[in-house]
Amino acid sequence: MADNFDIFAILEGNKGDKNYGKKPVVIQGITGSYGSTHARLMKAYGTNVAAGVTPGKGGMDFDGTPVYNTVDEAVKATGAQVSGIFVPAQFFLKAALDALDAGIKLLVAIPEHVPVRDAMTVIEYARKKGARMIGPNTAGVIVPEVMKVGIMPAQPFKAGNTVVVSRSGTLMYEVSFNLTNRGYGQRLCIGIGGDPVIGTNLIEAFDLVRNRPDVDSVVVVGEIGGDAEEQLADYIIRTSFSKPVIAYIAGRAAPKEKRMGHAGAIVYGNYGSAESKVANYAKADVPVAKRPAEVPMLLEQKMRK
Amino acid sequence: MRLLEYQGKELFDQYGIRIPRSYLANNVNEARQAAEKLGYPFVLKSQLTVGGRGKAGAIQKCKTPEELEPKFNELLHKEVKGELPRGILLEAMADIKKELYLSFFLNRSKRCYSLISSAEGGVDIETSGNKVVVDIPLDGLNPQTAEDVAGKLGLNGTTVPAFVDFTTKLSRLCMEKEAELAEINPVAILGDGSMAALDAKVIIDDNALFRHPELKKYEHVSELEKQAEVSGFSLVELEGNIAIIGNGAGLVMSTLDMVSDAGGKAGAFLDFGGRATTETIYEALKVISKIKHIDAILVNLFGGIVRTSLVAQAILDAYRDNVITVPVFARISGAESEKAREMLNGSRANLYNTVEEAIAAAVAQANNK
Repeated sequence: MADNFDIFAILEGNKGDKNYGKKPVVIQGITGSYGSTHARLMKAYGTNVAAGVTPGKGGMDFDGTPVYNTVDEAVKATGAQVSGIFVPAQFFLKAALDALDAGIKLLVAIPEHVPVRDAMTVIEYARKKGARMIGPNTAGVIVPEVMKVGIMPAQPFKAGNTVVVSRSGTLMYEVSFNLTNRGYGQRLCIGIGGDPVIGTNLIEAFDLVRNRPDVDSVVVVGEIGGDAEEQLADYIIRTSFSKPVIAYIAGRAAPKEKRMGHAGAIVYGNYGSAESKVANYAKADVPVAKRPAEVPMLLEQKMRK
Repeated sequence: MRLLEYQGKELFDQYGIRIPRSYLANNVNEARQAAEKLGYPFVLKSQLTVGGRGKAGAIQKCKTPEELEPKFNELLHKEVKGELPRGILLEAMADIKKELYLSFFLNRSKRCYSLISSAEGGVDIETSGNKVVVDIPLDGLNPQTAEDVAGKLGLNGTTVPAFVDFTTKLSRLCMEKEAELAEINPVAILGDGSMAALDAKVIIDDNALFRHPELKKYEHVSELEKQAEVSGFSLVELEGNIAIIGNGAGLVMSTLDMVSDAGGKAGAFLDFGGRATTETIYEALKVISKIKHIDAILVNLFGGIVRTSLVAQAILDAYRDNVITVPVFARISGAESEKAREMLNGSRANLYNTVEEAIAAAVAQANNK
């Protein structure tokens, strides 16, 4: 079941390497207001933002980071395998395909409102290229105290051995902050994105960490809509996933057939309902927290067993 | 965007998918004219976005001119699940030999489109046992696949090529118009072996609408939702009296759950997205102020990047400009929260350290009303 795709090696490199934690990252859309704000914050956090890409702005210098016209040039100059995409949704498809053509192995797709067809097109192409997309509509990924590719603030996260996988951005911060305050640091936090079709789903995120000796628990932050949680519960049972898992689900009190902010957060009948998700998690022996602050308490109980 | 039946059928017609003859009427005069063209009997169908029209009595047969006015008016003013119809469709009766179920839908977990079909039409597909599900590649349904499905459904003779033609046209529509769902329940196999769509439930991917200016005319959002959309917010109006504002859909949903657990009732869900500035928060409060039934505003902000003092300033500005008058209960984690607390001192806004405390106070206020 374990995935050959080593997200840790791609993001941080290998511990002991001279450039551990300093692997080059490309930021597409670095000269936009969103991209530039977060490129600065990523640098401040320790990410090696080695190149930026904005078509037509090649040759520019962004706070000491060279800007290129194409991802291809940026990759040739830096050897980057990771790209953070900060372009507006209507330009996402082209930006993502360019990155994959340039040999990028991990796309972190930040934009919200990407058409589903574009997401499907990119996922299919990434598969052919042996690459992976996280998102779209994600806050990104963070290896606490090492590096981040995304828009998350620094303060909630602390290094440790729990992995947080979340469909929502702010809830990833909220839950991680609660974990941090109770002494549970994080090895990796992945915002998989709030869209109905995403590059890395819950099961694939679990596959990325299931055989890691430095991960001792997983917290999965879900929400109403779709059947990703149901599928995950089945996966946990079917593959005997052995690490302790704690879940949280947002949207229990949401009305049916209303899109609750995220494109993917909508309940049709029982499909996508919180009740269905809680019931399936129960079968997989995964406790579900009632509120974010309850997550570390449940984790503590589960770890003691 | 969920299209009404007649709108979906307009698209079907453009793609050569056969539909019964029909006319939309918004008043009795239009209905009379339509009836004249159709001839009796025909069917009156409420144009609603909610399901279960048949069970709710929102679809009725009209046999004689005497029945038209009372039945039409009944339907026009009949609410189903809280929704009033946007017009009534008058539709010719079809010569139905057999009914099928057919839908193209976005298969979230498989990350592709799937085609579901069943030889039993008009049934609830979730509980139907005899369904055939096939996955469709991004370039659309292959005619050979459609033929295989027809075989599995037990179709034969001229209905097989009719089915292939019908489903490939529907597939083209879905791919080109970027539909999340196109459900026809039922599809009628007519006396002459041809097929027609008796119903249409089509949902278009909202995020793809920028590529489809031709579908703009079908958009139907409230003034408030439009205003929210222009500002880049997600707004859902609810029935309670506590407005919940926050940065991030997940966080606002989570707050909604906790409000409900604490005995409160949410009156609005507003996610203003990742960029919290004094302007966006002021704008969010302005949107909320248009909702009449709000007695308390609960702000749950997970900051870090956002400066708490900016949020405090927005709240103060909103009170100063009389944009809001009800009390605000805010939990704002982030930089400069001490400064924010001082700024709000003496205003009708209350700042709390934890979301639980803010919720308890907001619910107490709202339930006292």
